[in-house]
Amino acid sequence: MLDRINNARKTIEAVCKKLCRQINIMEVCGTHTVSIFRNGIRSILPKRLRLISGPGCPVCVTDQGYIDTVLHLANRDDCVIATYGDMVRVPGKDGSLETKTKKGNVKLVLSSEDALQLARDNPDKVVVFVAVGFETTAPSTAVVVREAVQQSIDNFCILSGHKLVIPAMGALLSGKNANIDGFLCPGHVSAVIGYGAFGRIVKDFGKRCVVAGFEPIQIMEGLAEICNQLATGKAELKSVYTAVVTESGNTTAQQIIAEYFEAADGSWRGLGVIPQSTLRLKDKYRRFDAMKRFEIVETPSEENPGCKCGDVLCGLIDPPQCCLFGKNCTPQTPIGPCMVSSEGTCAAWFKYGRKKKNNP
Amino acid sequence: MTTTQNDRFLLAHGGGGQLTHQLIHDHILPVLGNNILAKLEDAAKLDLASNSICFTTDSYVVKPLVFNGGDIGKLAVCGTVNDLAVTGSKPVALALSFIIEEGFEFEVFDKILTSIRRAAEENNIAVVTGDTKTVEAGSADKIFINTAGIGIRLAGVDLGIEKIAVGDKIIINGTIADHGMTIISQREGISFESRLKSDCAGLAGLTCELLENTAGIKFMRDPTRGGLAATLNEIAEASGLSIEIDEAVIPVNPTVQAAADMLGFDILNIANEGKFVTVAAPESIDDCLRICRNHPLGKDASVIGRVVETRDMPLVELITRIGGRRIVQMPYGRELPRIC
Repeated sequence: MLDRINNARKTIEAVCKKLCRQINIMEVCGTHTVSIFRNGIRSILPKRLRLISGPGCPVCVTDQGYIDTVLHLANRDDCVIATYGDMVRVPGKDGSLETKTKKGNVKLVLSSEDALQLARDNPDKVVVFVAVGFETTAPSTAVVVREAVQQSIDNFCILSGHKLVIPAMGALLSGKNANIDGFLCPGHVSAVIGYGAFGRIVKDFGKRCVVAGFEPIQIMEGLAEICNQLATGKAELKSVYTAVVTESGNTTAQQIIAEYFEAADGSWRGLGVIPQSTLRLKDKYRRFDAMKRFEIVETPSEENPGCKCGDVLCGLIDPPQCCLFGKNCTPQTPIGPCMVSSEGTCAAWFKYGRKKKNNP
Repeated sequence: MTTTQNDRFLLAHGGGGQLTHQLIHDHILPVLGNNILAKLEDAAKLDLASNSICFTTDSYVVKPLVFNGGDIGKLAVCGTVNDLAVTGSKPVALALSFIIEEGFEFEVFDKILTSIRRAAEENNIAVVTGDTKTVEAGSADKIFINTAGIGIRLAGVDLGIEKIAVGDKIIINGTIADHGMTIISQREGISFESRLKSDCAGLAGLTCELLENTAGIKFMRDPTRGGLAATLNEIAEASGLSIEIDEAVIPVNPTVQAAADMLGFDILNIANEGKFVTVAAPESIDDCLRICRNHPLGKDASVIGRVVETRDMPLVELITRIGGRRIVQMPYGRELPRIC
């Protein structure tokens, strides 16, 4: 393994030397971000290679308006909130699920099935599943909606915060940061949508897209592949995660998403509203849609003006360049969602790289 | 009315009257009784072999109460024993206080008592005094245990962070994160829970053997809450020296690693209940390892790192498997499972 990592490192070093400029590569998945930090990958890369942590952590890109809606529902006597663990610390306008809700009203779940079971176990309450995540978690949300339909579990609904990766990458390149040489594309999402889906980014924007797994060796070989393409002036789509990811992906998962969800415009923290970038339940399943069931009117999100999560997500700055980072905003007192999740860019910087400014 | 007519705790069991009397005589003394405890005096009178002692206290709240590899009773005894053990003493006496929620089942309580007795016997420590209180349903979660423990300091042994010097080595006596991942997995109902087992164990036998047979041991600490990361950061901060550890030689059970990866946890932050970190001079390392590896609680012992000079501020750094470096921070509290 170390031989292959060394070979990849030598390739990257040679390309950096040859091109004689900074190379910007964005990893789009939070699991990549954590693996890069946890394995100390930055410390073995040349300084000219800049890794940017993109909008790939589901918690990070969840906008404040969504959190405020969850908080609103959590404080209703007739609701129980079922949520993945790392959503409970995400701050809304007036606090988080951890600090601002009625005791016992928020239940942590590890899967959408747990949330549906909670509804079966609490027939006198409406269980609202905080359904966030990309194409990786959307199929499992669709599965429980299907079960709820089939079994007429009427005290269950979802608040969909599901998002789509490709439109976000497109928006990023069209607007805030076009200065990216290539993308290390998310292995988990690609397993669902197929690596072929990233062809659009290559074709429309001329950016290199390489799908990689999460082991250090796969990340290093993915980075080396992007560098090789740069050195030869190519921009191609490639997968170095062939054991798991196919070109067309998991069609069963794609079908169930298509059966229950439709694409809609939606807000992303830091990126604003992106057309056709979120998933909402189709109208025929409206009784399982918390927004419709509780007649919630979407309010524009008010973000802390000092919080630079948006710029972090776009790769415009590294977390230490935000004036709140490590001072007002820490994993104990997060202001922006990038500090909340263990996969959040700011949390990863705080945890693994805070004390070394140049070489985290 | 006798306790045998009830299978659950009533508030009156903590009221100091007839039911308290029955609780002590029908449940506690038959299991934990010894010459000192049986006197039921307000305080235990102890004749100790030395007046140089270590004294500690701790409280135990764990959910679930019974887990693979132990229960709250074993945890309370072993945890207290270990605090005494790593400060360089031989544990001799234990005090136990129970805070019990009204409605708690006697069946579970009796199992916990049996487990306390077994752990106390295994660790040669006597329960010499105790107390029980009951609180209204909802005011506590089933049972909380508070302990205090006394250990006799080993002659000629004087451990202290201030003795640590650059060049000293760091040893751990076995795999890390077993306890924390067992509890978390069991709590979350994750499928591989059956393959995870808490490392909960009393360490005094091994620590005493080490301290009595090697000269170069500087410091010991058991990495419980906050895991190895917290303990090493405490050592770095208090000593003013930095620590480097090597990921490749830190012993980890592969199932524990898989469970932690699945939940997005860093195993360095996860609790242990049968592990201790030893900081020792390089010349005593071979002896330490030999003694550890000949003991059932130290067969996977490994030298995981070293004490190094501090440049700007004391740091704990991990050399990763691929030769990268990263800082190991003091964990910031509750670990949260991640989304996918």
